[in-house]
Amino acid sequence: MTPLVLFQRWLRQPAFSAQVTVVLLLALIAAGGAHYTGFAAPQVMLNLIIDNAYLLVLAVGMSLVILSGGIDLSVGAVLALATTVAAWLLHHAHWPAWAVIALVLGGGAAFGVLQGALIHAFRLQPFIVTLAGMFLARGLCYLISVDSITIEDPTFVLVSQTQWAVPGGFISPSAAIAVAVLVAGIWLAHRSAFGRAVYALGGNEQSALMMGLPVGRTKLMVYGLSGLCAALAGLLFAFYMLSGYGLHAQGAELDAIAAVVIGGTMLSGGYGYVAGALSGVLVLGVIQTLIAFDGTLSSWWTKIVIGALLFVFCVVQRLLARPAGQA
Amino acid sequence: MPERMNRKTPVTDALPLSALPTPKRRRVFALMAEHPLLRPIAALFILLLIDVILLPGFWHLEIKDGHLYGPLIDILNRAAPLMLAALGMSLVIATRGIDVSIGAVVAIAATVAAMLVNGEQPLVLAYAGALGAALLCGVWNGVLVAGLKLQPIIATLILMVAGRGLAQLLSDGQILTVYRDDFFVLGGGYLLGLPVSLWVVAALSLATIALLRKTALGLFIQAVGLNPVASRLAGLRTATLIFGTYVFAAGCAGLAGLMIASNIKSADANNAGLLLELDAILAVTLGGASLAGGRYHLAGALIGALIIQTLTTTIYSLGVPPEVNMVVKAIVVFLLCILQSSELRPMLRRLAPRGGAR
Repeated sequence: MTPLVLFQRWLRQPAFSAQVTVVLLLALIAAGGAHYTGFAAPQVMLNLIIDNAYLLVLAVGMSLVILSGGIDLSVGAVLALATTVAAWLLHHAHWPAWAVIALVLGGGAAFGVLQGALIHAFRLQPFIVTLAGMFLARGLCYLISVDSITIEDPTFVLVSQTQWAVPGGFISPSAAIAVAVLVAGIWLAHRSAFGRAVYALGGNEQSALMMGLPVGRTKLMVYGLSGLCAALAGLLFAFYMLSGYGLHAQGAELDAIAAVVIGGTMLSGGYGYVAGALSGVLVLGVIQTLIAFDGTLSSWWTKIVIGALLFVFCVVQRLLARPAGQA
Repeated sequence: MPERMNRKTPVTDALPLSALPTPKRRRVFALMAEHPLLRPIAALFILLLIDVILLPGFWHLEIKDGHLYGPLIDILNRAAPLMLAALGMSLVIATRGIDVSIGAVVAIAATVAAMLVNGEQPLVLAYAGALGAALLCGVWNGVLVAGLKLQPIIATLILMVAGRGLAQLLSDGQILTVYRDDFFVLGGGYLLGLPVSLWVVAALSLATIALLRKTALGLFIQAVGLNPVASRLAGLRTATLIFGTYVFAAGCAGLAGLMIASNIKSADANNAGLLLELDAILAVTLGGASLAGGRYHLAGALIGALIIQTLTTTIYSLGVPPEVNMVVKAIVVFLLCILQSSELRPMLRRLAPRGGAR
């Protein structure tokens, strides 16, 4: 086999765009390290995970949804609702922290399952159902409180201030939780019967049904897990900001979708890696860090660059899908 | 074309038929209920009725300085940008697409207009620049969807994310305030006693409806939405048609952006038209269109926009916290989707023998 043939094979394999992202990530870090002193420091890299822990959790949930051929636009709003409910219960109802955490996680999962039930039972488009879910969750935030509520609960404050030493610096409990969620997501998608059903569903729902896979249950679980991840992301966000507010994480669902796409998951469903969520989130994080390190670039460049990246990856996916379809 | 729509539209359950005594009456009502606009009009009517009962002086209209004033005119004026956005969104959704970049296009158009006006350029140039920028956005979306065949949600998501960034780049992140009287006419001026914005919406809507009804264009768009493959095999230029709907939608959004900037006398790249795309999608759905494509009704979308604005105005004037608005909207969307669902009837029928026997 000549190198050229090998190269063409590499180009055509579906994992191409996921691998490109990893290369891009390394290139961005290398460029940043060469340009700005202190950029490639271990703690800066660890901060990428600490600052984007909530986004990583959102992206893991979103990966599963997109792999199943759906989309969940409500995650940013559910995140905000989770912070608001947690803050209100802690501040005004004086619930103990463990009860608040349990209720928020359970509520998030229930919210997701309900959306999944609507999508499945009435054959509604995931886009429109979760869009309405987004309105509902943001609206409920403002019904609970229009203003930001500060969290002073000792447990939450303790979690937010804890730093665990790791080689090269420290990480926060939130970052550790996010990495654990990522590992759990990878196991679920690639090693469990549920994961195989998700891929089959995303590949072709009709076929999945004919194969006797539990299509309805899988859909409910996918959206339930996405809701659970969104609520957990809300708790991580609450640890990070120590407040609950309806305006928290505006547009986070778009960031999560962008991260999943950049991580190499096909938007049409059925193909991709949950691990891609990590590389996608890190690429977004590195871009933000680069812009912060530069200091002369304004914040809106983040949006433009993310849009451009999204464009490039969508087109690459599209062009890749063509030869595969012809073969 | 209406006959064609009716065949696709199971609207006969709009009235509680069991409440009607004789078969004859039932037939008359069934005929009325067949009309696709019945449900949106009924919804708007009920909302207005609630307003009349709860809000004294709701129907009050008065003439001040030769202009018509009153809550109804206010609703119409405020609904104008949304009506434009819904008009464009209607055609995009009719071809099985969706455009989530409307809000970003509004921000871009508003920013370009404000910059040109503040740069002492003539008004015509400002309008042309803003609409040109908006149409360019439409061309971008159209190329991605019709040319590269990307999924519409994702293709327009790119502009949704990047568009506001571009608008902020143009305005340098500032809110551009405009101080020129001729710019305020479109969003706040009056012509023959009515707001200028209303005339613009009416003219564009009528022109569009006429174009779709009097030419085969409306039928083509519907055909693409019903079955893209069959339409292409039948010789329709599906890609060109789809491309055209995105350009039209962006043009409508650009005009809406001009209207918003003119009304608030400034352009805010961060907040102009925020979530307008979602309201437009809601308006189109409320108007009786199917999100699966193929069934659309422009007048319905306009009524949908009016329903949303009336709901907003009602909630504000009742003194209910405006935050309730989002929750109400969400519940309305859920209910509408379930009512539109083809699964609802079989499900009810399955339930009927057990639970329905009284």
